Amino acid sequence: MRPLTEAETRSVFEKLGRYIGENIQLLVDRPDGTYCFRLHRDRVYYLSEKLLKVAASIPRDNLVSLGTCFGKFTKSQKFRLSVTALDFLAPYAKYKVWVKPCSEQSFLYGNHILKSGLGRITENTAQYQGVVVYSMADVPLGFGVAAKSTQECRKVDPMAIVVFHQADVGEYVRNEDALT
Amino acid sequence: VEEVLAAAEEQEAEKRRSITVEKELELEFDLGNLLALDRNPPAAAGLRGAGPQREALLRALARDNTQLLVARLWGLPAERAGGAGGPLVAQLPEPTFTLPREKRPPRPRPPTRWEQFARLKGIRKRKKTSLVWDEQAKEWRRRWGYRRAGGDPARAWLAEVPEGADPNEDQFARLRREKRERVARNEFNRLRNLARAHRAGTAGPAAPLHPTGHQSREELGHVARVARVSTASLGRFQPRLPKEPAEPPSRSGGRKRRFEPLLGNLAAERSRQLELLRDMGSKKPVLDITRAVNKQLRQEEAEAAAAKGKKQSKRGKRGRRQQRVGRSSKKSGG
Repeated sequence: MRPLTEAETRSVFEKLGRYIGENIQLLVDRPDGTYCFRLHRDRVYYLSEKLLKVAASIPRDNLVSLGTCFGKFTKSQKFRLSVTALDFLAPYAKYKVWVKPCSEQSFLYGNHILKSGLGRITENTAQYQGVVVYSMADVPLGFGVAAKSTQECRKVDPMAIVVFHQADVGEYVRNEDALT
Repeated sequence: VEEVLAAAEEQEAEKRRSITVEKELELEFDLGNLLALDRNPPAAAGLRGAGPQREALLRALARDNTQLLVARLWGLPAERAGGAGGPLVAQLPEPTFTLPREKRPPRPRPPTRWEQFARLKGIRKRKKTSLVWDEQAKEWRRRWGYRRAGGDPARAWLAEVPEGADPNEDQFARLRREKRERVARNEFNRLRNLARAHRAGTAGPAAPLHPTGHQSREELGHVARVARVSTASLGRFQPRLPKEPAEPPSRSGGRKRRFEPLLGNLAAERSRQLELLRDMGSKKPVLDITRAVNKQLRQEEAEAAAAKGKKQSKRGKRGRRQQRVGRSSKKSGG
């Protein structure tokens, strides 16, 4: 377990910034306590200082997980955000996509969202912008990348992909062993 | 029947042709190396440029030469190895063709400390005779080794106590100890000479540590580091320049990565992260071209929709033409 280096912090913040923009400040600088990022076995965890002090006393081999896992660094040092970060991304999301109940299931199985399943989308979403996906009842389902800007979404045919799937809450059941 | 005979004859001719090869110049053989040298000039035209033609020519050439070599090999004296049923083994003659060296010739070893000293002083080696006249045994005995000239040292029954030595000291033990020490010292020096010779080959010329006029920035940095460490405390208490970073000397020479401490100053960490965020935010361009264009298009569409709603009552050519003209002008202006 160790703190992130400068380069690693930069890549993590860049990735998070794609989804929540400048609201990362609210994650870093919280009024209700000191929270920090730590790296353990290539995974990035977000936890409070209190928890960190307790976790520091566990031997490295026996430590499985601490706090919330935001994602992991791949072998080529790229940061991949995982669904366990959803609880922290959802309240601060800048661009949101609401999905119709009929294609909720499809998204939760890991498929992309088609135009036919798109309920609402935040105005002025750019293309390839990170978005958080909600159901019509405002329950966060996961996050993705907008394949088309809001403009184009209006004009495109119903079978076209409008949001690329990145992570969804169905992974808690599908990829149980891959999550920490 | 005649056709069958003709076909059979053709086959025979074919076989014979495959084992008889005709060459202008005879090949030179070195059967010890299984080598056949063909000095015949090849068909130059066919070999120019890559292609299947060239491949076929080369292959035919190789086949012919191999045929000749194998024919020669069959001419060597052979015997059955491992009894009657074993394989037929030919006895190759000694190789005559000298192959070039695989590796470089070894470079001469550097002179040892003694050799350097001897050269300096002008001491020359004197050739010693291998046999020495032993007065006691009245015969020529070898200088050292089995039955040496001075008598067997193991059977020496007398060891005089030299003047000024401790009378209670065991002289035999002293002699044995000194011999052991001599042997050990010689061995040590031999290994040291070997190491010196080995080192002389590997390390290149070192950069000078005194200031020359032609040192690069990296060399000067290296020299400064060496100068810092060349104190009695190995540079631990040397004052640093104002902007020099305070780094502890890494024993592994920069190979091992170092990270921040796990529970270090969390407030400092937070402020560093906020600074980083601010830097990242400042780099983004204030005016995003695509978004500005999208915004403009949205505006135009909204206006067009509004205009369409108004003009639905007045449906006619004039209305439509005006619409189109109006839109294009807006596009070029935007």
